[in-house]
Amino acid sequence: MSKLLEMKNITKRFPGVIANDNINFSLEKGNVHSLLGENGAGKSTLMSVLSGLYKQDEGEIYIKGEKNNFKSPNDAIKNGIGMVYQHFMLIPRLTVIENIILGIKQEKEPLINEKKAAREIQEIADKYGMDIDPYAKVWQLSVGEQQRVEIIKALYRGAEILILDEPTAVLTPQEIEELFNMVEQLLKEDKGIIFISHKIEEVRNISDKITVLREGKKIGTVDATAKKKKLAQMMVGREVVFTVDKDNVSFGKEVLKLENIEAQNNKGLKAIDKVSFEVHKGEIYGIAGVDGNGQSELIEVIAGLRKADNGSVKFLNEDITNQEPRSILRKGVAHIPEDRQVCGLVMDMDIKENMVMQDYHEAPHCNGSFLDWNYISKHTNDLINQYNIKAPSEKEEARNLSGGNQQKLILARELHREPELLLAMHPTRGLDVGAIEYVHEKLLEARKEGRAILFVSTELDEIMNISDRMAVIYEGKIMGEVKPEEVTKEEVGLMMAGTKKEELK
Amino acid sequence: MENILNLIQNLLIADFRTATPILLAGIGLIYMYRAGIVNIGVEGTMLIGAFAGSYGAYIFNNVWMGILVAGIVGGIVGAIFAFLIITIKADQIVTGVAINILAIGLTTTLNRILFGVNTSPPEIPSIGKISLPYLSEIPFIGRLLFNQLSMVYLALLLVPITYYIFYKTTIGLKIRAVGDHPKAADTAGVNVFKVRYWTTIFGSMLAGIGGAFLSTGILSFFTEDMVAGRGFIALAAVIFGNWNPWGVLGASLLFGFGDAIQIRIQAMGSNIPYQFLIMVPYLLTITALAGLVGKVNPPKASAEPYIKEE
Repeated sequence: MSKLLEMKNITKRFPGVIANDNINFSLEKGNVHSLLGENGAGKSTLMSVLSGLYKQDEGEIYIKGEKNNFKSPNDAIKNGIGMVYQHFMLIPRLTVIENIILGIKQEKEPLINEKKAAREIQEIADKYGMDIDPYAKVWQLSVGEQQRVEIIKALYRGAEILILDEPTAVLTPQEIEELFNMVEQLLKEDKGIIFISHKIEEVRNISDKITVLREGKKIGTVDATAKKKKLAQMMVGREVVFTVDKDNVSFGKEVLKLENIEAQNNKGLKAIDKVSFEVHKGEIYGIAGVDGNGQSELIEVIAGLRKADNGSVKFLNEDITNQEPRSILRKGVAHIPEDRQVCGLVMDMDIKENMVMQDYHEAPHCNGSFLDWNYISKHTNDLINQYNIKAPSEKEEARNLSGGNQQKLILARELHREPELLLAMHPTRGLDVGAIEYVHEKLLEARKEGRAILFVSTELDEIMNISDRMAVIYEGKIMGEVKPEEVTKEEVGLMMAGTKKEELK
Repeated sequence: MENILNLIQNLLIADFRTATPILLAGIGLIYMYRAGIVNIGVEGTMLIGAFAGSYGAYIFNNVWMGILVAGIVGGIVGAIFAFLIITIKADQIVTGVAINILAIGLTTTLNRILFGVNTSPPEIPSIGKISLPYLSEIPFIGRLLFNQLSMVYLALLLVPITYYIFYKTTIGLKIRAVGDHPKAADTAGVNVFKVRYWTTIFGSMLAGIGGAFLSTGILSFFTEDMVAGRGFIALAAVIFGNWNPWGVLGASLLFGFGDAIQIRIQAMGSNIPYQFLIMVPYLLTITALAGLVGKVNPPKASAEPYIKEE
């Protein structure tokens, strides 16, 4: 077997951090070599060096045995590196053809031969069993289709080494299977694949070799047969418990009841279509589904942030449909918003300011129009200790906290009010394993205390582990309500792709 | 009946003339805007172009040399703007305002030094009319479309050319990509900085030439602050025209019509104070933009510097 790629002693520093510390990595023809590690472990940095986006401070890259340090993305592309970014590098306004040929010299430069390009794109698509319309605008495509465009884009440029950065994060189980089939095809053609992920199970399924990174350092390279536990330990640096201990709690009275809710998205299209369900005291009710199927709009309607066109939201038997957000929150609803950096926190404000974002206008946080900073600081410090937020002081800006500590700050702010209902939207998204454990623990604690929890997640394993009951949402409609222990992952996957529960068997 | 038709024809002929500087600057702005650059300094660039064009024509005693000088000087102003906003990453709006203020001071000072104060303007060659044989004899549209100042034809020709460049060539594809998602363009191997530099320089050249048309086509001398907001109107025309050359042509003609009509009404000796009439094109601009709010779809990376991590 011959080495397609060798990266030797790669070091990459950013101001204040060493993102990659003396890392070695190699790839052989027809192999999948995975990079496993938590967020911020340095996987993406290493691959950005390989794809020419970053320049390494030290170390060398060898392509097929020849030394080749890339000066630009173009340079890397010419040498057969194809990168499929986690956040697709596609321009929504442009067509598939335009996105694929962008930056490539045309035969009759600068004239574009659209027909020829379309033909070539179709050939690649057919060869690997992908279905794509070259003339479609990218914004009209589903996430899975966009990923296909990215892969075709790399292949069109003659990629021999394909880097897939967290490719499964946005896909349904069925789409993941299609992706894996395509990977098999590519391997048959002697291409090499670098697969980046933090999901241990799927990495073990697809890889030949696995390299684990942690905090910018290479922990080791192992065969794919390595035990899950061992990989997790390499990744996190300590032992990890995978199962969530869930006590049996009996449900109490109905806390939240939705009836035939309909609402529109920001484009004015119907995003929620006749959604009904109820959540009880002491229950975690999960909403599963691929991102962008109406989850955001649904939570916003309940929190009063979006107008419901039809139907009703009842909280403890009181109709709260289309009330002001503050009045809903003050009745005993707490909200962990979907994006902690955009709508959960004000990143430029410090911890204490963020902590009293909801209560600042009420005694004891203020005296009339004046804030009582002494009280607020003390109150914040109590919560910092109680929720184990790692920060130098309550005066630290939210921006400087790690993702996990930002989420803890939000949890502290929302849970200390002892809400009757907690709306938790992607509360573990982008967190590392340790922080995820913590969030789960807190959610289960809240459940034990008898709070009703509406839990939205796109991670199938997580939602099936945590929820007492769950609904699967697809294009704004509920495909069915199930108990996690009564269905298989595949069944839920089918529902996420638009199959109704009744049609399953 | 004949009179009304005559009046409309004259109005439209004047419209094409008053629309031309807006169209030239507007086309220039499309190149920049589509690459993600919002250059409100186009007002100042036009003013500098107006002066450079007038002075160039005077020195070389040839109006086309004047236009060439205006283009070059406009390009230099564009290069300075590009350096500030692309390389130094200064705020585009603030830098644009600075260019506008600089332009007023610079042209006023140079005008007084080079042409003197309180003297009647010197004889400067100006752009002539070109009558296209046969075509100009077609009733009504003949005089309208084929008996115009030569620069009007050039400006009109730029519309289909720009459309072709934007949608049929890799140059246009790169520009559109850079304005919407510079990082995606970068990873696809497009040199974002180069694209932004050249679009800014080329766009500013067109703005300079648009300014020169004011001082060598519509008038044949330079007056202080003679652009009088046409740069801003061009910016409005780009938004109104949805960043599309044909749309910008339509918007320029609409705004030019306002200008043309206000001159006519003034000349007729109307009782309405002329200050109100001067407002017409600006009112049209505001109304057009207000009616359009919510439907515009600007390039996604407008006015954002591209910061490349290395």
